[in-house]
Amino acid sequence: MCDQTFMAITFGPCDNCSTTSPLMNIYIKNEPTNYCSFCVEMMACQGLLKGETLASLKNESESLKKKLEEERAKLHDVELHQVAEKIEVVSALSIKTRRVLKGHGNKVLCMDWCKDKRRLVSSSQDGKVIVWDGFTLNKEHAVPMPCTWVMACAYAPSGCAIACGGLDNKCSVYPLSLDKNENLAAKKKSVAMHTNYLSGCTFTNSDMQILTSSGDGTCALWDVESGQLLQSFHGHTADVLSLDLAPSETGNTFVSGGCDKKANVWDMRSGQNVQSFETHESDINCVKYYPSGDAFASASDDATCRLYDLRADREVAVYQKDSIIFGVSSLDFSLSGRLLFGGYNDYTINIWDVLKGNRVSMLFGHENRVSTVKVSPDGTSVCSASWDNTLRIWA
Amino acid sequence: NTGRMARDMTDKEILKMELDQLKKEVSTPRTPVGANCQETISFVEGLAADDPLIKGVPDDKNPYKGDKGGCIIT
Repeated sequence: MCDQTFMAITFGPCDNCSTTSPLMNIYIKNEPTNYCSFCVEMMACQGLLKGETLASLKNESESLKKKLEEERAKLHDVELHQVAEKIEVVSALSIKTRRVLKGHGNKVLCMDWCKDKRRLVSSSQDGKVIVWDGFTLNKEHAVPMPCTWVMACAYAPSGCAIACGGLDNKCSVYPLSLDKNENLAAKKKSVAMHTNYLSGCTFTNSDMQILTSSGDGTCALWDVESGQLLQSFHGHTADVLSLDLAPSETGNTFVSGGCDKKANVWDMRSGQNVQSFETHESDINCVKYYPSGDAFASASDDATCRLYDLRADREVAVYQKDSIIFGVSSLDFSLSGRLLFGGYNDYTINIWDVLKGNRVSMLFGHENRVSTVKVSPDGTSVCSASWDNTLRIWA
Repeated sequence: NTGRMARDMTDKEILKMELDQLKKEVSTPRTPVGANCQETISFVEGLAADDPLIKGVPDDKNPYKGDKGGCIIT
């Protein structure tokens, strides 16, 4: 499909990039030169000041998007499931509900595991944040928030604090006290301030910094102690719904996804958007890094989950089925990266074989949408949170 | 990139921002899918044997099997 046709009198190495291709005879500063069509386009994009209109910018954007697709397609030599044909299928899984956590008065919107692999924190539309012991079902702390719809919560790496927020547009940190009688709400520390709802939050490698995503279209990195904004990340053109930090061994990046159907990978230090993917057909509700750090997956209202390889810079797998028509709200990987757990709006959790691309199992039990799915830090169990006011632990 | 939010920008400024981003991304270094997928598969095969959700955990080692959490009263 050509976006322009021209008489190609010359064929040979481009004067700019040396690729052998049909060449356009052009004049640069009155000197006759031969550029390939790609370099002509790149050059045309450079001086975009005079005569820029909405239409001309749109055209440049469209042709660059096509170029990007072509560049990515050149390396698309094979599909992931084809390379995975030779490996054995996953043996039958024996995963069942082991715990049902009841206590929230309304939809549970988010949960996070503590590094000790047994405690977890959950937040709800009822404005409460609860810290549970997953083994004993004990509710260790219950914090009332000043707003309803607490959409995000996270456990600090030390296990000594939690962060949460939602419609209050803030992310607040609560230190967890061993004294059960202590009023946790009194020790609250407001860290992040956005201009729209808080959709996601996570501590970085320490208790000292928090990364947030917001309905205001931005992500931000904050210093917990001072509440200072350390870095902000701009690039999404609609609400950001989710973010995930790269596994610590693979460096300082994180991925975000949102209502603009884009998943963006960011450099935390520079604030730059280093890679961007737009293959979903609807809002991206959740993004999660692959255990190796070389890929990430996204869950969308378009009823699919997709895997993107960061080194190949493209989507390498789509997890979908004709019979699955409801949006996916959340996803997580098993320890080895072989299984992908997706929480769906049809109340089920589908388990996919990441490599072969087929569904291996389904988990039934929730009586309303599944809002969050997270595998425990040691990979022994999965916790799901639901609009049916409960959480379930499966193992 | 002046660091402003999308909703405060005009359509033209948003298009310019997207265009600048695309220009950067066209030159991102990339490697073939086949080789990367092979590495991913090797990564998984190295860990799959110890993936508790795949191979299961013996009842006596599984904190969730057995009593659905109770208190021990002494």
